[in-house]
Amino acid sequence: MSALLFLAQRATAVVLAFAVAVHLGTILYAVRGGLTAADILARTHGNLWFLIFYGLFVVAVAIHAPIGLRNVMREWTRWRGRTLDIALALFALLLLGLGLRAVIAVFVS
Amino acid sequence: MTGAAQEARLEVEVWRGGETGHFQSFVLARRAHQTVLDVVTEIQREHDATLSYRFACRVGMCGSCAMVVNGRPRWTCRTRVSEVIAEGNRLRLEPLRNFTIVKDLAVEMTQFFDKWKQAKGFFEPGAQPAADFAVVRPATPQRQAADAGIECIGCGVCYSACDVVAWDKDYLGPAALNRAWTLVNDVRDCGNAERLDAVSQSNGCQACHTHMSCTQFCPKAIEPTYAISGLKRAVLSRALRGGS
Repeated sequence: MSALLFLAQRATAVVLAFAVAVHLGTILYAVRGGLTAADILARTHGNLWFLIFYGLFVVAVAIHAPIGLRNVMREWTRWRGRTLDIALALFALLLLGLGLRAVIAVFVS
Repeated sequence: MTGAAQEARLEVEVWRGGETGHFQSFVLARRAHQTVLDVVTEIQREHDATLSYRFACRVGMCGSCAMVVNGRPRWTCRTRVSEVIAEGNRLRLEPLRNFTIVKDLAVEMTQFFDKWKQAKGFFEPGAQPAADFAVVRPATPQRQAADAGIECIGCGVCYSACDVVAWDKDYLGPAALNRAWTLVNDVRDCGNAERLDAVSQSNGCQACHTHMSCTQFCPKAIEPTYAISGLKRAVLSRALRGGS
């Protein structure tokens, strides 16, 4: 792993530690009062803070997960080299695309 | 047989063969202060002359007699049987893990030392010889960091203990990275740019999982895990300053 990949994975881990805690805390808080899906969507719609927070969350996941998966693949399989890097770059794009699609859908709906 | 006579027996299982093989059992007398290397030598001289193993100095300097003893990698010349067997009288001897077995207890060390070269684990004096002696004060942090890892005897115990080597045969391993770290801290050395590049490839220092098996089992009490952490910091620092 190059130094920059190592740095990217550690830096996004810091972001995710914060983001996952906020995410779980928000879920626990939101369901306490018996909010419905419609109630939640009403709160997320047009909420710029929500868009920024979950947008950052998705970007961090899209960077962090493929780098970790690359390490796992190197250690547990014989798959190495350029094809592995390309496959995981595509996986990163998939995570980014699906994640941002979901965030935008909840923001504009 | 009396209880004392039973305790005086040592039952030894020794790996015979190459990558495939079997354990062969021997029964020896158990003696006070007997080392594991004494046991192997007695088997080879008194019981089966075809047993292959490697040793040279017998005093913990050459690093050639390491084996897996009762599941753990050890230098056998400085390991007493009484240290290994807490209770009972069984000893199981295997070749070092993560190496190709030549025969019985002897392993092929070429890949291990090739990785020292890959990690640029050799002194690089630069294009021109130094004009004068370098003054390296013992109290400087760099000298102390180098001192902490300089006594490596290349026995392969850390490499055998390392799970990352078991998973990834290309991983440079604790000994090569430890050597690289001693040179990063050698103020006379001129090869650090290439060395930090070499140790930050996919098989380099960042692949370490910090399991610390190398540090736990090193017979010279060196701490390669800390050397690897030092390399991670040095590589990262260089990358942030614009190096590759």
